[in-house]
Amino acid sequence: MFLRKLILSIFLLSFFTNESFSAEKQEKLLTQAWSFNGFFGKFDRASLQRGYQVYAEVCASCHSMNLLSYRNLSEVGGPSFSEEEVKAIASKVEVLDGPNDSGEMFKRRGKPSDKFASPFLNEKAARAANGGAYPPDMSVLVKARAGGADYIYSVLMGYEDKPPKNIKLEDGVYYNKYMSGNKIKMAKPLNKDSVNYSDGTLATEEQLAKDVTTFLTWASEPHLEARKRLGFKTVIYLLILTVLVYLLKKKIWSRIEPKV
Amino acid sequence: MSDKNLENTNTEYKPVHTNKVGGSPFKGVTGWIDNRLPIFRMFKYEYLDFQVPKNLSYLWSLGGILMICLIFLIVTGLVLGMHYKPSSSEAFESVEKIMRDVNFGWLIRYMHMNFASFFFIAVYIHIFRGLYYGSYKEPRQLMWLIGIVIFFLMMATAFLGYTLPWGQMSYWGATVITNLFSAVPFVGESIVTWLWGDYAVGDATLNRFYVLHWLIAFGILGIVIFHVIALHIVGSNNPSGIEPKDTRDTVSFAPFTTSKDLFAMLIFLFAFVIITMYAPNYLGHPDNYIPADPLVTPAHIVPEWYFLPFYAILRSIPDKLMGVIAMVSSIAILGLLPWLDLSKIRSSVFRPIWKQFVFLFVLDFFILMYVGGMPAEGIYLLIGRVGTAYWFLFFLIIAPLVSLIEKPLPMPNSIHEFEQWKKLGKIKTFKLF
Repeated sequence: MFLRKLILSIFLLSFFTNESFSAEKQEKLLTQAWSFNGFFGKFDRASLQRGYQVYAEVCASCHSMNLLSYRNLSEVGGPSFSEEEVKAIASKVEVLDGPNDSGEMFKRRGKPSDKFASPFLNEKAARAANGGAYPPDMSVLVKARAGGADYIYSVLMGYEDKPPKNIKLEDGVYYNKYMSGNKIKMAKPLNKDSVNYSDGTLATEEQLAKDVTTFLTWASEPHLEARKRLGFKTVIYLLILTVLVYLLKKKIWSRIEPKV
Repeated sequence: MSDKNLENTNTEYKPVHTNKVGGSPFKGVTGWIDNRLPIFRMFKYEYLDFQVPKNLSYLWSLGGILMICLIFLIVTGLVLGMHYKPSSSEAFESVEKIMRDVNFGWLIRYMHMNFASFFFIAVYIHIFRGLYYGSYKEPRQLMWLIGIVIFFLMMATAFLGYTLPWGQMSYWGATVITNLFSAVPFVGESIVTWLWGDYAVGDATLNRFYVLHWLIAFGILGIVIFHVIALHIVGSNNPSGIEPKDTRDTVSFAPFTTSKDLFAMLIFLFAFVIITMYAPNYLGHPDNYIPADPLVTPAHIVPEWYFLPFYAILRSIPDKLMGVIAMVSSIAILGLLPWLDLSKIRSSVFRPIWKQFVFLFVLDFFILMYVGGMPAEGIYLLIGRVGTAYWFLFFLIIAPLVSLIEKPLPMPNSIHEFEQWKKLGKIKTFKLF
């Protein structure tokens, strides 16, 4: 009996220690009560829209989001900008198109079907402009980091002006409590009032980090709301079916096991 | 032709039947077809009237569950294949396109991903069932061997499939595993180059892995059919390990076993839905959402969770070639078990000593799984080595030794007596639910 309990506990343990795969000792992440967590999780629309603003005005100067198009911004389950708003957003960028009928490339205003404009032409250019570091594409960033949204939020909030004495920082390297190795080449991106929110929300550091993390989570998982909704329906359906099948099974087996 | 042959009348002629039309238990159109193509009677004999021990526990439902997993994997894989592009420059993006732009593509892909994991969860319970109740013994040895072949093919398919999204773990996992072949003496390097189709894991590798992922998946389906045919010849084992003798011991497959299996399947699907819909990436690794980059090695290259025990065995041997041999033989050795375990008694219920070692083996499996996910150094390496040693000792020494010295508990004569003993509390059985 003891052995069986031991096996069970080790089995459960081996599932709960998934994070131990990244074996380095990590500061415990700042956790947030994200609106998109849980069984009925949904994105906060206003936060998504503000988050896009933070991305566009701050992050986009270094980070690309190659997998997203402007049209995604008006899709169901996302920031839900109106189509006019998306057209306006897209038309702010210049896109190289072509070749036209005379064989020449030309520049035009962006359309909703265009991909998000990249800040750099290629990786080499990005590295050259960022002290050798490559700002990762942010399209699936939240899913590509252990800890997900909490990790992104923690890194954004994890800058400290005075690093611990045992850590020496080279030029252009910053101390971050939550980054692995505690060193990061990105300067502190968000400060109070980095962005002027048009809806009047106070742009505190926490608010900015929260909004942009929400936006990035949606970008990584644009169908999260649909998934959770369908999941709930499936669970209800399965529960009812399972009860019915259980009763059916009992009825059938009662033919040979009248009292069991 | 010579006339002599025609004149030869001394031969005795035996009657021949070049057609076997007839014999169907059905009438009408069904009978007409069945007389010519006996599929209806096969279904009737093998799935409706088929007699199954009446005391099968829910552990016996895993076979059907595995079949469902396989079918779902093939169907979802088919749909994914319609949108996926096996090219090193397009693979990652095409998967993301499935996740974003294809209608319900996210659902299909998450289902495919998680069914692979659940396939392994089910197969490990299925193998444990066989181990605990001695389902590998006479007359089921061949079926056990076929099962091990299926398990090998499953691992190959899962490994190939994990390469396809072309994320960091895909790329580096493929690099590490294919590099294992370089341990083969003399021709190792040539084999690796041949496998890659290039001098590094790249476009050619991904393309062939995609083809092989499909091919082996259907290979599994084919061999599963053999596994099932063999099952219908030797019959199901049962928790007592005693063969059924008369109708007091059995029930017909439909509706008894089918209703019970259906219930078990729904419970299994319930767990699957919870993971797939609420934590779809839980069983995966975040690094696989970073596009493959041959210039950046991840801090720790870890395989999928279901490979971890065998990965731990591989790493616990200091020599590369010996490590590979140990890893492969740690699974292949299961195939020797029917001949290493000399006890005639199947069920561990009546084998008090063997039972403890089987549980210890399960514990060892989970310990190795844990160690496989940790860096191969210090205490983990030591634990891994002890775990590996027990793994092989279990088969090579403990199995034959225990079967020789163990005194089995008194046994009932039949399944219905076994059930009575259970009700009287004379037997303690392992219960999953």
